Amino acid sequence: MHVPDGFLDAPTSMATGAVAVVAVGVALRGAKRELDDRTAPLAGLVATFVFATQMLNFPVGAGTSGHLLGGALAAVLVGPYTGVLCLSVVLVVQCLLFADGGITALGTNITLMGLVTVLVGWLVFRLLQTVLPKRTSMVAPAAALSALVSVPVAALCFTGLYAVGGQADIPLHTLATAMVGWHLIIGTGEALITGLAVGSIVAVRPDLVYGAHRVLAARALEVRGERQARA
Amino acid sequence: MRRPSTRILVVVGVLVALVLAGVVSVYASSSPDGLTKVAIDQGFSGTEKVHGVAGGPLAGYEAKGISDDRIAGGVAGVVGSLTVLILTGGLAFAVRRRGATAGRAPDTSSGP
Repeated sequence: MHVPDGFLDAPTSMATGAVAVVAVGVALRGAKRELDDRTAPLAGLVATFVFATQMLNFPVGAGTSGHLLGGALAAVLVGPYTGVLCLSVVLVVQCLLFADGGITALGTNITLMGLVTVLVGWLVFRLLQTVLPKRTSMVAPAAALSALVSVPVAALCFTGLYAVGGQADIPLHTLATAMVGWHLIIGTGEALITGLAVGSIVAVRPDLVYGAHRVLAARALEVRGERQARA
Repeated sequence: MRRPSTRILVVVGVLVALVLAGVVSVYASSSPDGLTKVAIDQGFSGTEKVHGVAGGPLAGYEAKGISDDRIAGGVAGVVGSLTVLILTGGLAFAVRRRGATAGRAPDTSSGP
């Protein structure tokens, strides 16, 4: 979903640039609470994995491809603030080193893929956690579902930006339908990769997974409660 | 049950990422992605402008000066992965909560 130069006009690009600057600023402050000596290396791993996996375009039919965006994945593994930082580094490197995603569109791409997918992914994940059983085995499926939702929402946000500052006159309805349609299919790939990646880390080191902290804490309380009840 | 240390987990994870970016990426689909496809279908792909670093040494995920496409793509993927690892690792160590023993200078060695 990397937006190139020339799709959106200058005022819109400047506005998304401002949004991106504020988002990264807030993320830098918030990430302090999520990162410590133990989890900082994981942030490096998550960003590297997202970069690598974004190179793996998978076919989604009719001569079209898609790749992981990784916002939900990063939010669940290292926390939403750190997730925004991970995605932002990936997008800056892709833009400046690989000419992927326009330079004037960097703010747009950070807003769509670095902020919207992380935020939506995290909110849906937290929502699912409140209704699903409090088990670590539920973390990966919840992450997968939130990943599935995050991609079409980001596509819809692009449509909104295009309605405001698109450089061509495209009927909004057809653009929204096409964007959401393709990105629902891409979202299923996103869900699959996110579920597998989160599932494998939860399987070996659930304590390192940010999105599993509440579940682990609740379970520890339960165990303690049972022990007290027995005593 | 033995759990792998954080160090082992990160090393294995990074190795997996390097294989994905350096080897598997060669077999990725080269069809236009969702947005590009929509832009073509709806007729607004023409407003795209040439990228500012389109002539850069790694532009388009192909390392310049390597004639074999697969190797050029693999090298670009590995260089990109390591760049992201160093930048994000350094950033994460710089902003992290300092432990009791942590010194002043941020540990930017990020690697294992």
